Amino acid sequence: MTAKRIQESTLAPQHSVLNHTVPAGEPYLLGIAKGQTVRIVDLEGNQAVDVIFYNRHDPSEHYSATQTLMAQGGIYLTTDSVLYSDEGNPMLTIVADTCGRHDTLGGACAAESNMVRYALQKKFMHSCRDNFLITLQRAGLDLAKRDLVPNVNFFMNVPVTASGQLTFADGVSAPGKYVELRALMDVWMLVSNCPQLNNPCNAYNPTPIQLLVWNPA
Amino acid sequence: MTDPIQPAVDATPHWRNFAPDLPADKVMFSELVPGGAHWSYTLPRGTTLRMVALEDGANLSLVLYSAAEKLERYNMPDSLKAQHTAHYTRGHVLMSDMGRALASITGDTVGWHDPLGLLLDDSRMAKKFAALPYQAARNGMHRSGRDGLLTEIAKYGLTRRDLIAPVNFFSKVTVNEDGQFEFVAGHCKAGDHVDLRLDMNVIVAFSTAPHPLDPSTTYNAKKVGLALWRSGPAKDDDYCRSFRSENARALHNSDVLHML
Repeated sequence: MTAKRIQESTLAPQHSVLNHTVPAGEPYLLGIAKGQTVRIVDLEGNQAVDVIFYNRHDPSEHYSATQTLMAQGGIYLTTDSVLYSDEGNPMLTIVADTCGRHDTLGGACAAESNMVRYALQKKFMHSCRDNFLITLQRAGLDLAKRDLVPNVNFFMNVPVTASGQLTFADGVSAPGKYVELRALMDVWMLVSNCPQLNNPCNAYNPTPIQLLVWNPA
Repeated sequence: MTDPIQPAVDATPHWRNFAPDLPADKVMFSELVPGGAHWSYTLPRGTTLRMVALEDGANLSLVLYSAAEKLERYNMPDSLKAQHTAHYTRGHVLMSDMGRALASITGDTVGWHDPLGLLLDDSRMAKKFAALPYQAARNGMHRSGRDGLLTEIAKYGLTRRDLIAPVNFFSKVTVNEDGQFEFVAGHCKAGDHVDLRLDMNVIVAFSTAPHPLDPSTTYNAKKVGLALWRSGPAKDDDYCRSFRSENARALHNSDVLHML
């Protein structure tokens, strides 16, 4: 079910209703309506993109990594994976994927986890959780820290070994690879273009990504 | 005048049956928890919760929140990636989103506890098993792990948006090369135990409903024994502290919090 499934898109960028480049290390919040399709493009390759989805009409309903994994019986996200909410409702489905594997176990980098993982002094480096927090502060959407649940890491490869080790395997993505999701409900998409410099998830060189949105055909 | 009545309290020292190795002067309380039930308590730093499978194939889905600041809670991804692990055993630390050790696994006869956070909810339970409501079965009714955890965390003002991915103690789930889950049936045996030391003052909540990947076609939730004992906080030469440098830093951060 979750072996890599490469699927190209037929959607043309000139027909998109949004075409936005998120600079390295920056957050972005966008609303996606039911039926719309969003594409995330890894412009320069090996860039992790951390994303959490919320129900736009009830932000207390959020993306759930565990409901999603439970529904598909495995850990990798790719074409045909359905992203579920904590209430068990389908939120989005992956309709195209030229990368073939995305993670939802590794979570978002944070000042606090950098401190634990690398050194106490790493606390002051920029992180995805800081991006999420400042974006929610600015948005005024009744979303806050407790809503920062385990996220999707697009373009990240985090295999689990048979002996129960969690490994971070770089290099599944490449310049121009993309993933496309169709919304099954009206959602907020909270994005952090990952600024992590302590491990190879961004090839030690965070780079821009592109977001495109299409209306239903 | 008669003597004042001393009401009898059924505080049976259950631990003498399922955890007789614990030092008698350190045990604070013990309980017998039925299968499918839910439980919570605010436990202080320096105590250790002994959890004992009283039947083969038990499952205990457990969540942790800082008692002082409930926004600080167990974080599955942060804990897994800090320790590069997809299973828990002795030496592993359950870390908060704030980079602190909430609890540490100081003893374990099982060798593998499932940290991947899957939880039995009502809709999955209804699909797997025949419905068995209270009216039909009284307290033998089928209860889901999610409802159990939601009920317990509600006692501390926490809502469904605060429900986090739990640790499934006593269960084993492996991941194959395609990324698919494989549930190991009958993983723990009656008498197996795990010691969870609290490194902060922590709200602990759990459910003993079955693991959602358990292939059993009947709802066969298993009993668990609990004993809380005074272990003291992690010493300098603590096994979990020396297990990995990440764990040493997380425990250090909890030590600092409790110096303040």
